[in-house]
Amino acid sequence: MYNPFSLKDKTVFITGASSGIGKAVAIECSRMGSRLCITGRNAERLNETYMQLEGSGHLQLVADLQSEDAIRSVVDRVPVLDGIVYCAGIARPLPFQFTGKETLEEVMGINFNSPVILSQLLLENKKIKKGASIVFISSVSGVFCSSAGGSIYSASKGAINGLVKGMALDLAPKMIRVNTVNPGMIDTNIFSEGTITQEQLTEDIKRYPLKRFGKPEEVAYSVIYLLSDASSWVTGSSLLIDGGFTLL
Amino acid sequence: MELINFVKDFAELFEETDANFFKPSTKFRDIEEWSSLVALSVIAMAFVKYKVRLSGDDIRKSLTIEDIFNIVKAKQ
Ligand SMILES: NC(=O)c1ccc[n+]([C@@H]2O[C@H](COP(=O)([O-])OP(=O)(O)OC[C@H]3O[C@@H](n4cnc5c(N)ncnc54)[C@H](OP(=O)(O)O)[C@@H]3O)[C@@H](O)[C@H]2O)c1
Repeated sequence: MYNPFSLKDKTVFITGASSGIGKAVAIECSRMGSRLCITGRNAERLNETYMQLEGSGHLQLVADLQSEDAIRSVVDRVPVLDGIVYCAGIARPLPFQFTGKETLEEVMGINFNSPVILSQLLLENKKIKKGASIVFISSVSGVFCSSAGGSIYSASKGAINGLVKGMALDLAPKMIRVNTVNPGMIDTNIFSEGTITQEQLTEDIKRYPLKRFGKPEEVAYSVIYLLSDASSWVTGSSLLIDGGFTLL
Repeated sequence: MELINFVKDFAELFEETDANFFKPSTKFRDIEEWSSLVALSVIAMAFVKYKVRLSGDDIRKSLTIEDIFNIVKAKQ
């Protein structure tokens, strides 16, 4: 059947696959025919994702990406890749005055440093094929807007958007494409630690012209586009998916 | 941990409201300056000064400064 978005015969590596957006990306990519290597910190939830993958030959690797040793062991174990999707990330809502080195290291460590180090090591170890596609889950935050207590998180996402432009240029000779997806609020576990209340989130929904938060699958569909040959002339770009949030 | 010190720490999170205005019985949501950012600051202050992790819900179910103090104390 004609399908320019097919991921058949593509091997894709996904971080943050144990929850939320990464989980949906993994499941939807498997439905599009790709072979997956998924990673996450929580073994039980990562396995739940693994059990929901369609097709066969998938691989799961439990790893805490704050640790460089863990990153190295992941790089050793991943197969040669046609695609990478960086979904692992945290939000630590904290007013700027209360942020310090610890928050900076924690948030930048997982949201920015880990995908950078992973990419460098994967390239060094020849694990990224010519013509591959790399997708970063950035955000509207730090690129188009921010939120109360979101300074460091925004910085980490703004940094990703900057990185991608330079990376796209430097990897163009290898025909490797590098892009970001920038979602508005998506229904996931990202605020499950409870600093932001359900009540505040319900209030926030009213600020979305399309009157709801996004679903993880809706981010996954755009990632599929960027991984597929349908986007083979797209690099260094950012795809905004926000229900119209940044229009207002 | 003393209630009076907690009220002082709480008052310091505000820019415009006079420090003398703050009493244990103050209904913090009625303060004009109250916002979701100040709520985040209360959570951050409780962690920095009292090593207690408050949740957004702890703030939501509190009415007065003393209510928050009692939660912080119970969690210590
Ligand atoms: N939800 C939103 O509204 C939204 C909006 C814009 C952008 N984003 C971005 O989308 C990405 C995914 O977020 P989400 O909403 O799906 O959040 P989520 O449900 O909380 O999932 C976060 C994922 O990151 C993984 N992770 C966190 N710290 C890690 C570490 N140290 N090592 C390895 N993995 C780690 C988690 O693994 P474990 O669960 O196994 O610990 C989990 O799989 C993040 O980059 C986030 O910034 C989210």
